[in-house]
Amino acid sequence: MPTPTDQLILALVRDATPVRRLRPPLQRALSWLAVVAVIATAATAAFTDWQVFDTRILNPDLVIEMTGTLLTGCLAVIAAFHLSLPDRSPRWALLPIPSLILWLSGSGMGCYRHWLTNPTGDWALGDSAHCFMFILAVGLPLSAGLLWALRRARPISPVPVALVGGLGAASLAAFLLQFFHPFDITFMDLSVHALAVLIVIGIVAAKPVRAGLLATREG
Amino acid sequence: MLRSFAAAEQRLRMQGSRSEIDGVADNEPDQLWSALMAAAQDGDAIAYHRLLTALPPFLRILLRQRHVSPERIEDITQDTLLTLHRVRHTYDPGRPFIPWLAAIATRRAIDARRRNARIAAWEAPSSDMIETFIDPESNKETDARDHQDELTRAMAGLTGKQREALELVKLREMSVAEAAAVSGQTPGAIKVNTHRAIRALRALLQRE
Repeated sequence: MPTPTDQLILALVRDATPVRRLRPPLQRALSWLAVVAVIATAATAAFTDWQVFDTRILNPDLVIEMTGTLLTGCLAVIAAFHLSLPDRSPRWALLPIPSLILWLSGSGMGCYRHWLTNPTGDWALGDSAHCFMFILAVGLPLSAGLLWALRRARPISPVPVALVGGLGAASLAAFLLQFFHPFDITFMDLSVHALAVLIVIGIVAAKPVRAGLLATREG
Repeated sequence: MLRSFAAAEQRLRMQGSRSEIDGVADNEPDQLWSALMAAAQDGDAIAYHRLLTALPPFLRILLRQRHVSPERIEDITQDTLLTLHRVRHTYDPGRPFIPWLAAIATRRAIDARRRNARIAAWEAPSSDMIETFIDPESNKETDARDHQDELTRAMAGLTGKQREALELVKLREMSVAEAAAVSGQTPGAIKVNTHRAIRALRALLQRE
């Protein structure tokens, strides 16, 4: 008399169709980033005011901030692809942390220097609302695209995948924002950017969203 | 622990037929299981059967080491096999097999523990099922068994495929795809049979 486990094994063997192995996670992450790079290049070529950007990029604080956002975005995406596989270490989630610190410290220094020259105007909301909307408007579709790409791995621990993936997409959105950001960053601006990034991560990691996009079965 | 599986694998090798797999590993289960999994990914049903048959004893020991209660071990072993089947395309034959399998089993054990904790937070074992109520109709000690009998009779009214779909999807909480894999029915048939089973049960129970 076969046990239920034996019956299950027979049923699984009956369903043993050939499967296409996943490519290595780094390769998949780089493919996804390449697609984003093509779209971003087209968008910046069409809409960026290069005269303003060329002046702003001379500010070393902006260079540090953009390096930080870009690295955080890319490393978080790479980490998310690794975390989506069962046997990869959860420590992959720490990969984007150093660049995140670089981003926040670079922005913080920029804010501080801006505050020294303009101590009264730093806490005005100003155009920060547009930045907030930009990060949400770009970060959420990017997150959806990323989780869609990650769903083929059917992650068995979807929460860290969604959290790190959300950080990656929101960081890339914050990087792209600088091409359309005609003023130096203020404390208010930095707070709004951070809030927008946290909101993107929160939405992406919310159970209905991550379960829907990653097609996972969560008990 | 791994050494004890070498003997089991030796037995399996003697029963099996895949010489290219047998040549891969004589001593290490990891290498043999990795080769079997790689063959299974290519659709080799014999290799897959050998692999899945070899895994439950290993999983039971592993789950005991993860402090899974004895009555849950078989459920989680099955759940691990189902998950392995669902994510078998994620295994990279260039990497060790056992850490991949252990990560899946550990995750399923954590999920089961969380599910149990959630259920325990909302439900309490009822020790006062047999209780005296004012209404004499409520005083039947056999009420619970009567309902069970009604349900059993109603279940008997279902077709075999409907009963199977209902049990896998609703009682064992499998996804449609998993239920389809286990039963051999198509996902569409699983959905239809589950729906029809519920409708039939409702009608039968209302009539009684």
